Amino acid sequence: MANRRLAPASEQPAAFAFSSENADWAKGQIDKYPEGRQASAVIPLLWKAQEQNGGWLPQKAIEAVADELGMPHIRVLEVATFYTMFALEPVGKFWIQLCGTVPCDSCGARELKDYLHHRLGAPGHVSADGNFSWLEVECLGACCNAPMAQINQDYYEDLTPDLLGKLMDDLAAGRPVKIGSQVGRTSSEPLGGADTLTDATLFDGSRVGAWRKRFEKDEENEAGKEEAASSEQRAASDPKPARPDAGRAAERPVTDAPAQRAAAGETPVKPSDKDDAADRTESTAQPNTPAPAAPETIAKAEAAGAEAGTQSALPRNEPPPQPTNSGASADAAAPASAPHPSDPKKGN
Amino acid sequence: MLADQDRIFTNLYGLHSPGLDAAKQRGAWDGTKFLLEMGRDWIIDEMKQSGLRGRGGAGFPTGLKWSFMPKKSDGRPHYLVVNADESEPGTCKDREIMRHDPHLLIEGCMLASFAMAAHACYIYIRGEYVAEKHALQRAVDEAYAARLVGKDNVHGYPFDIYVHHGAGAYICGEETALLESLEGKKGMPRLKPPFPANMGLYGCPTTVNNVESIAVAGTILRRGGAWFAGLGGKNNTGTKLFCVSGHVNKPCNVEEELGITFRELIDKHCGGMRGGWDNLLCSIPGGSSVPLVPAEQIIDAKMDFDTLKNLGSGLGTAAVIVLDRSTDIVSAIARIAYFYKHESCGQCTPCREGTGWMWRVMLRMAEGRAQRREIDMLLDVTKQIEGHTICALGDAAAWPIQGLIRHFRPEIEKRIDRYSANPHSDPVPMAAE
Repeated sequence: MANRRLAPASEQPAAFAFSSENADWAKGQIDKYPEGRQASAVIPLLWKAQEQNGGWLPQKAIEAVADELGMPHIRVLEVATFYTMFALEPVGKFWIQLCGTVPCDSCGARELKDYLHHRLGAPGHVSADGNFSWLEVECLGACCNAPMAQINQDYYEDLTPDLLGKLMDDLAAGRPVKIGSQVGRTSSEPLGGADTLTDATLFDGSRVGAWRKRFEKDEENEAGKEEAASSEQRAASDPKPARPDAGRAAERPVTDAPAQRAAAGETPVKPSDKDDAADRTESTAQPNTPAPAAPETIAKAEAAGAEAGTQSALPRNEPPPQPTNSGASADAAAPASAPHPSDPKKGN
Repeated sequence: MLADQDRIFTNLYGLHSPGLDAAKQRGAWDGTKFLLEMGRDWIIDEMKQSGLRGRGGAGFPTGLKWSFMPKKSDGRPHYLVVNADESEPGTCKDREIMRHDPHLLIEGCMLASFAMAAHACYIYIRGEYVAEKHALQRAVDEAYAARLVGKDNVHGYPFDIYVHHGAGAYICGEETALLESLEGKKGMPRLKPPFPANMGLYGCPTTVNNVESIAVAGTILRRGGAWFAGLGGKNNTGTKLFCVSGHVNKPCNVEEELGITFRELIDKHCGGMRGGWDNLLCSIPGGSSVPLVPAEQIIDAKMDFDTLKNLGSGLGTAAVIVLDRSTDIVSAIARIAYFYKHESCGQCTPCREGTGWMWRVMLRMAEGRAQRREIDMLLDVTKQIEGHTICALGDAAAWPIQGLIRHFRPEIEKRIDRYSANPHSDPVPMAAE
């Protein structure tokens, strides 16, 4: 347990009140919680009070928050002394919290600690110019970028004593500094860039909806039945032309269509297909025979059938896709041994 | 190595935008309504089938946890609380989810809340993560603006999501302490039973889940529990974010299949061991709470729940702290003991007094200023703390020291002998019994 007490009376301000802007903000916070549970907002409000008071929490602020939330003062004092992020004594303009827990400790936090000791003296004291105060704190949760420190609200990672010294100089002089890693990492990727997450299809949207294949088998069965049952009623009440894919939720991406190929900068028609088409001897189509019915024609025929109260014999009677086209195995990377998913409708 | 197509957190490193449009391109919020329409039981069944074990440290099956919530409401509202109070030393995975892939988390909250008939969800984020809190709030605002969540949303299930933050207490990562803190009190764990599924936040049925467990839900439901179960090994399924820190050439976060070997994890993703494999001293494979595992045992071990448990350690949060031979292992464990001393909430005597006692003895042992029989006494004290406290912090404080004594006893004895072989003006003290 940390032993934490309020600052001596000589340092306590005489009064504290939220600025009108912060008071509005506080109302918004209280509204997040159910009626009568406004005590939940105690941490956010204390936090705001600390921010308004230049980074530390005086006794008057604790009382003001308690009054605002209708809590006994002692309950809020308990909270303020329990949580270590509430600084109960004045802090420097730049409040350095150096992580000293094992991952940082093993990667050089001790040198940083020595450096801060040397430059600023004992922890918990504000430097003579009022700029800095520091404290060793427990794990700040940026262990892949160890060692690191939090200065006011920002994380500065991958530090060395030199980098920290330069950072402090820059901050004190009001120069802009880079938040985050100080050695050029974006976040917690390996230094120099990651070998993973390089597949462009993850980011271009082409995988959106691909997972629906696993539901298609069931969807088609279900949709087929429902459609068959309802088509007669629909035909009677609302004679709209049925579309072949009506009732299926999936917008299935066409995996290999000429338009797609053209968009990707490839030849829209495969050369082999072109040759194939040009070779009259291979053609199965007889000259002067009409081309096979276009989809619109099928739709019309189906609509006509539906209107006549008969069922169209068209796509809905197609055999359902084989299991190899659905479920886990549809994802190329899934191991072939993956068990087939059980009926997803189970329990409905 | 896990294929890129099977990675769930595709923006782990923040190389792409965390915004809603980019997240949709990466597959978040894709057919959420369709998944919700499959029904509550289907979602829970699919989660159970995936074999997902909670990613917050204890490894409790997530689907099972969800099924503990009352099926019918007795008039009290249900709550989902997401534990984003990531403070286990070594762990820094949830931070990346919240700042780089927040929409996976928000969508997961919606799905999980629906499965548990909760209409409100609180995300409790640790106070130090200020930038992450803002990033997450931005994403929540985007989701509200796009009517993906809210009282009247496109999914037809009224659902509110709130971001709440703490103020720097490790103990608030314990689920009941988190609930206390969320209610505006000191974060002191509650006795169980009653379990949160019956009496949680504000006395209402509540489920507390880790960020990673919730954030993977959307992808699991889309691609199927069977897909997830097909990765990893039996009882240790799926992918997991590993946070590798310490003495490797390139420490990093990486998503990998459970059951990858320690050697492969370090070689493939972290640029190898600093100074080569012979330089490995030991590893703490699951955050500071689990006992260390010495080099010869960990080096070819599979990184999963069961293998590490059999090695006398645990996967925990998969925060792999790697220590090489330059490490002063006794003082490293003393530093961990200090951590628990600092973070004990003070509620139970064995933990409040014991953590400080253990730290002081460990400090002396790091110097060698101790007596040999104190090693056994220390071990005995750890056993008396372990299991005698309300929450697991007492256990977590005891285990690293037990691990040290189990594997590095000769090292401690060597120090004691070396110290006592030299003349010192002050007598070697003996810990008060």
